[in-house]
Amino acid sequence: MSTLETDKPTDAGAALRKVRPALRIGPVSLVWRPVLFGAVLALAALVFALFCLDIAVGETHIPLRRVLDVLGGGGTRSQRFIIIESRLPRALTAVVVGAALGLSGALMQSILHNPLAGPDVLGITTGASVGAVAVLVGSGGATTGLIATLGAPLAALTGGLLTAVVIYLLAWGRGRAGERGVTGFRLVLIGIGVNAVLLSVISWLLTRASLTDAARAQLWLTGSLNAADMARVAPAVVALALVTVVALVSARTLAALRLGEESTRVLGVRIQAQQALLIGAAVVAASVATAAVGPVGFVALAAPQIARMALRTPGEPLLASALTGAGLVAAADIISRTLLPVELPVGIVTAALGGPFLLYLLVRMNRKATLS
Amino acid sequence: MIHPGTVRRRRLTGLLLLVVLLTVAVVASIAIGTRSLAPATVFDAVTHALGCDGGPFRCPARSTAEEIVRELRLPRTALALVAGMALGIAGALIQGYTRNPLADAGLLGLNAGAGFLAALSIYLFGFTAPSQYIWFAFAGSAIAGVVVFGVSSIGGGKASPLSLVLAGAAVTAFLQAMTNAVVVLDNAALDTYRFWVVGTVNGREGGVFWQVLPFLVVGMAMAVAAAPSLNLLSLGDDVARGLGVDVGRARAFGLFAVVLLSGAATAAIGPIAFLGLVVPHIARTITGPDNRWLIPYSGLIGGLLLLVADIAGRVVARPGELQVGVMLAAIGAPFFIALVRRKKLVTL
Amino acid sequence: MTSPAHRLAADSVSLGYGERVIVDELSLDIAPGVVTTVIGPNGCGKSTLLKSLGRLLRPREGQVVLDGKAISSMKTKDVARVIGMLPQTPVAPEGLTVADLVARGRHPHQSWLRQWSADDETEVAAALAQTGIADLAERTLDELSGGQRQRAWISMALAQGTDILLLDEPTTYLDLAHSLEVLDLVDRLHAEFGRTVVMVLHDLNLAIRYSDELVVMSAGRIVARGKPADVVTAELLAEVFGLDATVLTDPVSGRPMIVPIGTRHVHGADGYDE
Repeated sequence: MSTLETDKPTDAGAALRKVRPALRIGPVSLVWRPVLFGAVLALAALVFALFCLDIAVGETHIPLRRVLDVLGGGGTRSQRFIIIESRLPRALTAVVVGAALGLSGALMQSILHNPLAGPDVLGITTGASVGAVAVLVGSGGATTGLIATLGAPLAALTGGLLTAVVIYLLAWGRGRAGERGVTGFRLVLIGIGVNAVLLSVISWLLTRASLTDAARAQLWLTGSLNAADMARVAPAVVALALVTVVALVSARTLAALRLGEESTRVLGVRIQAQQALLIGAAVVAASVATAAVGPVGFVALAAPQIARMALRTPGEPLLASALTGAGLVAAADIISRTLLPVELPVGIVTAALGGPFLLYLLVRMNRKATLS
Repeated sequence: MIHPGTVRRRRLTGLLLLVVLLTVAVVASIAIGTRSLAPATVFDAVTHALGCDGGPFRCPARSTAEEIVRELRLPRTALALVAGMALGIAGALIQGYTRNPLADAGLLGLNAGAGFLAALSIYLFGFTAPSQYIWFAFAGSAIAGVVVFGVSSIGGGKASPLSLVLAGAAVTAFLQAMTNAVVVLDNAALDTYRFWVVGTVNGREGGVFWQVLPFLVVGMAMAVAAAPSLNLLSLGDDVARGLGVDVGRARAFGLFAVVLLSGAATAAIGPIAFLGLVVPHIARTITGPDNRWLIPYSGLIGGLLLLVADIAGRVVARPGELQVGVMLAAIGAPFFIALVRRKKLVTL
Repeated sequence: MTSPAHRLAADSVSLGYGERVIVDELSLDIAPGVVTTVIGPNGCGKSTLLKSLGRLLRPREGQVVLDGKAISSMKTKDVARVIGMLPQTPVAPEGLTVADLVARGRHPHQSWLRQWSADDETEVAAALAQTGIADLAERTLDELSGGQRQRAWISMALAQGTDILLLDEPTTYLDLAHSLEVLDLVDRLHAEFGRTVVMVLHDLNLAIRYSDELVVMSAGRIVARGKPADVVTAELLAEVFGLDATVLTDPVSGRPMIVPIGTRHVHGADGYDE
């Protein structure tokens, strides 16, 4: 009577191998997903293309071929100078900042189980801004050069990290199940509250400053690539590399984390420790990115979602989010320098592109809530 | 057995007590400042100003004290009072309509909307006085409100409370970036904008009060009228519909009231975070969830809180002052965080 | 039967959420290698107890003991290799396929280098076959019916390959035919593979038919325990469940069968004569 006969091991095995083909070399084994792998490679190629394009456009347009030539090691001295000394830092910063923000957003959205979470919404970016603005306003404009290049970014980094620690501590407590730790729900809400307070602090700081200082602080607050140089981008590259390694190693833990707290615990994942590690990584990435160029909105929010929808993965894909973020910022920079009549800071262009996308996301989310 | 009569009597006494406290606060607000005045002087000055032939404020001031009262203290006190009441009531309404104890005009993007259009108008038209950009701030608040509420009610209000708050937060971030864009283009615009956005009752000329008063009065009246249907809506859309409430119209009515109250108040004194969040919770501990009591209480407590914050700001930072927006953020944030940490909320 | 079975026990545990205490100083030794079912009226604490056994809820007092050691002091991964659980309300991300979900069950046996070994594949394939959802391997969870989804989650618990399996209401979304299949499978797990199973079921008759041991709870305490034939009486049902019923012998299994008596559609009552 039952339509299900229970003993079909060969059928099950074959069906399984079709969905999850294996790649095994000695003791190492993983699931082989050629489509996904190909998509990520294609995305990387796209980002590289945007990177080169970003180098190529400017006051004088440099043909792409020459860009590739110089990057490959050739070209004349003057060509190398223009491309490597004056164009490359900006493009590299765009890509690195975008990747860091995309990765940070992906990590936070995965851990907090919410597609709208991210370092900007949770106050990390604002915390970084408070640090930078405090320095820019407090230094009184006397030592503009040194303070601006070293002090503000350092303060931004400290601000972001400190804010994260405060939010984490405030969210710490007894969960429903009696264990001590941080629940995602609480973390998000406290982050939003802290964000509101910090914004108020920034407004206050701006009223206390002279107009010139306030203007300088305001400029920093818009997120701009104009001050990019190799000295500033180097720490960001290092941080990005570190965070990427942490993220990749934790990828399978993240996969388990997406199954809800109970299932995750049953599978033997030490939730609190992993959560702290991954949120810490996300915070470092976002803080370093903000320290380098100021707050760039929306990349951390939108990149993981775009990547997820494009690659059709069940959760936010880590590498793809980083690449999408890099592509978004590079594209925004290209657009702001070519299509727009006035060159706007890149943070504004990303926010302008992000706004409509955000609304679309919200509508989709809410429509799903009715159908489920 | 608690008789309904006892409860009602208790609530009425509470209301009366609040009115008394409010009066005290008003007097204190007029009295305290860089140059503090005795209550007797205050009383004298106010009665003289109001009791003039030819209308209030027509007679010339008889002393510097009276001038201070008239030019500085009275306008700011009046503004703080009505704006605080409006924001408190708006907060109660927002929390009721979204069925979300964490909802607040600031968190939902209304303030950011006001900020954006205010900044834009300051930049485009070179405004410098609040009475000029007030209408744009108002409109910005309205538009943001419509967008956020509209998007969140697409799911028939079944979207989780967290998603509403996050949606508001994300929309706020967007509008803030846009505002930054405008303000960075022009230093003069920045100069005007930064003193509005911090949230203060100081430096708003008397005209502002009269400009927003009609909206606030209408908004408050609408809020009181909406209380009964809001009580029903809090049971859920389906239940309310079954009980005969036209859900769509009730929501629109409520949204309109919220925009009037929150928009006008924000336009006048700048965006104030947390007041609308904190006040309904305080009120609810006394009145419970019945909106017919909650709304008046929220109004009075809101007015009281804003006045107290303003007075505290003057005292704390003598001879200067700490703007009321910053003061309230400093008080409101710990409250909000404590609220989130309480177990009951986690099960939302 | 392979290696000696692991022994799980609750030792004077008190459990609760927030300020509420739901289970008060309860001790329970789970008999190894058999199917134990916990039954009781709503709110008696049966799910709460199961959660504490599965290390999802920390006891306020007392401890849960595995092979003599408190599980709260053991490494989470070690516990995960011995105790598997199907929680009451599992959640999964949108777009996850059945095969991927079941494969997650292998997590405690995997590492960064060993992400999909031949053993993993065999276990997952067996789990899919045992719940009869092998043909659904490629589908995403949201496409499935409630019952199919439930079986996928059960598969995941099976794939975990643990000696002890805790199932919290495994038949909630399943129709009777599929409920019987799942419970048949659960019974074979203990009969053929010597696994220990602890279930929470709300359907009393299914609980009676498929359990070797019944544990009856009420208001946070154990009020009865033993073989179904010994434990299930009309008095117990009245006292614990507030249920007026007769206990007959099930003609199919030979075990007790509960026939509830209500006020309507009962012979001789209220003018019904059928």
